[in-house]
Amino acid sequence: MVTDSVKAFSKQSLGSCDIECPKDITRSHDILNVRNLTKMFGGVTAQDDISFSIEPGIVCGLIGPNGAGKTTLFNMITGIYRPDSGQVLFNGRPTRKMAVHQLVRAGIARTFQHVELFGSMTLLENVLVGMHVRTKSGFWGAVTRMPWVMREERRAREKAMDLLEFTGLTQYAHRPAGDLPVGRQKMAEIARALASEPKLLLLDEPAAGLNPVETEALGKLIQRVKERAVTMMLVEHDMSLAMGISDKVIVLDRGKKLAEGSPREVQNNQAVMEAYLGRG
Amino acid sequence: MDDNKKKQWTENTIFLVVILGCGLGVDNTYYLQIMTFIGINTLLALGLNMLMGYAGQVSLGHAAFYGIGAYTTAILSGTYGISPWAALVCAVSCAVFIAFVVGLPTLKLSGYYLGMGTLGFGMIVNILFREWSTVTGGSSGFVGIPMLEAGPVSFMSGRNYFFLVWMVVLVAVLLCRRILSSRMGRALRSIHDGENASLAVGVNTHFLKLQIFMFSAALGAVAGFLYAHFVMFISPESFGFMVSVKMVTMVVIGGMASVWGALLGASLLTLLPEVLHGFAEYEMIIFGLILMVVMIFMPQGLTRGLLDIYEHSRKRDKRHGN
Repeated sequence: MVTDSVKAFSKQSLGSCDIECPKDITRSHDILNVRNLTKMFGGVTAQDDISFSIEPGIVCGLIGPNGAGKTTLFNMITGIYRPDSGQVLFNGRPTRKMAVHQLVRAGIARTFQHVELFGSMTLLENVLVGMHVRTKSGFWGAVTRMPWVMREERRAREKAMDLLEFTGLTQYAHRPAGDLPVGRQKMAEIARALASEPKLLLLDEPAAGLNPVETEALGKLIQRVKERAVTMMLVEHDMSLAMGISDKVIVLDRGKKLAEGSPREVQNNQAVMEAYLGRG
Repeated sequence: MDDNKKKQWTENTIFLVVILGCGLGVDNTYYLQIMTFIGINTLLALGLNMLMGYAGQVSLGHAAFYGIGAYTTAILSGTYGISPWAALVCAVSCAVFIAFVVGLPTLKLSGYYLGMGTLGFGMIVNILFREWSTVTGGSSGFVGIPMLEAGPVSFMSGRNYFFLVWMVVLVAVLLCRRILSSRMGRALRSIHDGENASLAVGVNTHFLKLQIFMFSAALGAVAGFLYAHFVMFISPESFGFMVSVKMVTMVVIGGMASVWGALLGASLLTLLPEVLHGFAEYEMIIFGLILMVVMIFMPQGLTRGLLDIYEHSRKRDKRHGN
């Protein structure tokens, strides 16, 4: 049950949870504050009054059964959906009025549940597109090829190659990203996300579709990303990975926050067990 | 990377040699004229190809920009006697500005709104050409467009005009290449591969689409300018809805997202009516058939399709050789 990795994210989350979610006290040094976030799809409440905060530098696991609202939450943090009420603060600043690309520039990057690389472009080019918000040249730069444009391009390429080395993908740099094996594509998405120099990285089921060896490599990679002072949130169905790597775990069920705490606390939480194993 | 550069150099050299060969070798004015038209249509297809093939947006009113380019230069240089080169600047600025105004609201919407928006826009512009007869000459057309001159060089002769047009095409090809290999071009191609992901990595897709729409409008206006001063007479029919459709067909047949595909598509659709002028009434039927056949058997366009067939047969030959 727990490792059930049905991928389809269902927006249906009917019913309510009878455990009151404690409201977080906002601390100014938190990298992310989510306050009373609510989102409805039609008549269905996908997110019901969710509040939590993330301290800088930690890895926060986001778990819950399918349809719990994990991906919806990611979509609201990254600005793809607008919440119906409540707000998201990134580094203390409200993000409501910011467009997706502005949030990326501010330092929020993400990967997708289903790999969404740019299939016809090479892996190197994928990472270079990931660097889009950190580079400047536009139409006139492309047309005139001024020296500063060429310098920027060279520097971007060097940095992209560094990132490919960091993620162990150097050998695939000039291959079309669509031709890579799934495991490599997952890593490539992380490389592309890191290219935007994020402060907060959201990983949506990074281990889905990976074999145990690849999953272990992924765990190590996340550890090394953490050493680069990147705060991470990850949605994960692989419990050994999620519990092993997270400093803090938030459990969602049917759009509500069920529990929050260290992996150990969460594992022993009665409500969480009920959510996963069913209520008797 | 270096391989790519070398390949591009060879392609450009071949292109240049073919232009020089055609320009110097062909004496027949009729053939020179046809080849000049191919050049003008290639410019149109190149611009539209950037928009359709890379940004994934269809414009069904692109002939409007072609017409705006032609009429702006006709009115400014014909009626007001301004230098055609100054008129060119005005024509391009005008087309770019109008593209901005039309694209700003329509490109914000997803799906085929740009297609619908430009369809209406193209019709409005065409009605304007037809009805504003005091300025545009109305449906009987605009007469008295001066010929082009650059200092001592006159572009009166077919050969000089041929070279002028194809030099502009070469510059346009190089520009498109530069754009595509740049940061902007990568972002553009990423929209084509997956708009959601593109947005999520921080590409401002609205702005980028708008930019490329304006760029393709500029190329259209340049083509219109070249057309007007070549034919020296323009009428609304040359910029109507069927012309927009023909432009889309050129891009689709030649192959989207390919610079040389634009050239192939433009050549085919310019040559066919000449070859088939006995069947002029059936022209649209024949175009329709070709479009259908290409779409069914070579959905990526003739360029890609023929290359695939070539590579396939070469592989088979190798296997037989072994």
